[in-house]
Amino acid sequence: MESLDLRKISVRELNRFLHQEVPARNIRAIEILNPDGKHNLACGMDAPVKIDIRGHGGYYVGGMNKQAEITVHGNVGWGVAENMMSGCVRVKGFASESAGASGHGGTLIIEGDASLRCGISMKGIDIVVGGSVGNFSCFMAQAGRLVVCGDAGDGLGDSLYEAVIYVRGKIKSLGADAREEPMTEADYAAVKELLDRAGFDCDPKEFKRVASAKTLYNWNADANQEY
Amino acid sequence: MSKRLVLEESASFNRKVIEYIHRASATGLYEIRGMGAKRSLPSFDDLVFLAASASRYPLEGYREKCVTKTVLGTRFAKKPIELDIPITIAGMSFGALSANVKEALGRAATEMGTSTTTGDGGMTPEERLSSKTLVYQCLPSRYGFNPDDLRKADAIELVIGQGAKPGGGGMLLGQKVSERVAKMRTLPVGVDQRSACRHPDWTGPDDLAIKIQELREITEWEKPVYVKIGATRTFNDVKLAVHAGADVIVVDGMQGGTAATQTVFIEHVGIPTLAALRQAVDALEDMNMRGKVQLIISGGIRTGADVAKALAMGADAVAIGQGILYSLGCNSPTYVQNGEHFSAEAEYATLNTAPGYCHHCHTGKCPVGITTQDELLEQRLDPAVGAKRVKNYLKTLNMELTTVARACGKSNVHHLEREDLVALTVEAAAMARIPLAGTDWIPGMEGRRF
Repeated sequence: MESLDLRKISVRELNRFLHQEVPARNIRAIEILNPDGKHNLACGMDAPVKIDIRGHGGYYVGGMNKQAEITVHGNVGWGVAENMMSGCVRVKGFASESAGASGHGGTLIIEGDASLRCGISMKGIDIVVGGSVGNFSCFMAQAGRLVVCGDAGDGLGDSLYEAVIYVRGKIKSLGADAREEPMTEADYAAVKELLDRAGFDCDPKEFKRVASAKTLYNWNADANQEY
Repeated sequence: MSKRLVLEESASFNRKVIEYIHRASATGLYEIRGMGAKRSLPSFDDLVFLAASASRYPLEGYREKCVTKTVLGTRFAKKPIELDIPITIAGMSFGALSANVKEALGRAATEMGTSTTTGDGGMTPEERLSSKTLVYQCLPSRYGFNPDDLRKADAIELVIGQGAKPGGGGMLLGQKVSERVAKMRTLPVGVDQRSACRHPDWTGPDDLAIKIQELREITEWEKPVYVKIGATRTFNDVKLAVHAGADVIVVDGMQGGTAATQTVFIEHVGIPTLAALRQAVDALEDMNMRGKVQLIISGGIRTGADVAKALAMGADAVAIGQGILYSLGCNSPTYVQNGEHFSAEAEYATLNTAPGYCHHCHTGKCPVGITTQDELLEQRLDPAVGAKRVKNYLKTLNMELTTVARACGKSNVHHLEREDLVALTVEAAAMARIPLAGTDWIPGMEGRRF
């Protein structure tokens, strides 16, 4: 396995290697040592490579990822896997704010807790959180699924569009236009599939479904607009 | 003796205000509309050039060379943008505008050697193909935002705010969320789409610095990164954007347009472009970054004179939105198809408006096919015709700009300077910090050097 040590090279050199050398040399696995909370690690990937980050990452680890399978053996800062398109990012520890923000695809797995605004503005990504999520998670989330094995904070799913949230524990409060809905067989199957993907051993029957009530879909359904 | 009819209109409750109250009372809704502020504001019209005289040497208006080349993004980007003229096309979304219009803008910008800009909703293939130099916006909504298009762009514009609606986010009403627009934005067809007012993954300037670095890392530090702000606390905002690592600052004043926003925002939030430009230049000078970080000003730029005044005050370039729409035929009584003019008066009438007054971009029923996603209406704007009109407009502005510059004795439009200007009103003198014409007085600067 290729190994890159961030005490010996800069983030720029790391990302240049990941963007250019990895596809050019068809490298399939790589580990990054001593990340020490540095920002923008392995962002902009577009290659089917396994990347193990041995330690804590800063902001935007795996940002805009395509194809790569990234595992962070530690905690991460804001915006892990933000705007991810495909592939997978797994955080063995905890994630700070805006995990998976505006993600279009792929899977984000957080084994610990995720802080505020987890899944904000998500657009198709699947996020599975082993612990709890903070306030305002899935704010304006458009598509995709968020599975929370722990609890959810205030304002969950505020201004949701088509994204669906599954929560196992307590929901402190729902945001505007979010509502609890009955679980269907399709929901149980979806939760099971996502839990299996993440490797979490929970019973899908324990989860609640939260989705949009769609009362905000049309700001002004008034046909007699006078503008 | 007949009675005299006495009609004394209230200044506070004039007919316009009464109409506003009547409408609010009837609907219980605030008004949403397109375009920019309609109220009278201190503007570039309140400045005039002194030009050459016995103490200055003018250049011949038509023949002598006057450089207009403009380079943007020289601070960190490996590949700065080189434009033939300092007049760019501002960000306007596919969704707000039709695909035909976006193509027309790309063609015109390319022919004039300048840039055009995407908008909320992402980059269309037509736009990329037709634009030699395309600026890709990264907006709070991140609609359609993806790494492939990011890498295809020539520059990246991180949008914090817009002059028409600083702090207000955006909206695209359901009438314009067609199947294609919805797919690009990952939304249901026909939903009233909200664009978030703040970015999902960063908040303050320190976060912004990391975000900019992320965009640079993903694009190998090749592309200039612009930061666009709506004009409010411009002095501080420009400083923070510079601190965060921007290559180019775009300041959008309150005369800037929008496809749809609450009128209360358009008319009552933000500061005029004239004041914002002055503050932005102050901020760059205060940080000794003038010339290192380029400044683009937008918000109600209409004429070559406006461009010249903006450059003289310290801008490196301007961006135009509404003026471009008007050049396409916005608010024209007719549209052109197959070389013939056809009346659009009936369509204006259905919107309860008339050519010259229309601001109904938000409805998607644009009578001349510009701000629409309607399959029939959008055919009213032929990309080739639109491109020619926009090209002519930009060409005219550039001719006016160089004519004024030559008259001021400048062989390069970027040599225009504050000393070339005086103000016609006390307000403009104070905001622009330009002396009132015929005096050396700048309000608020008594006893201070300037």
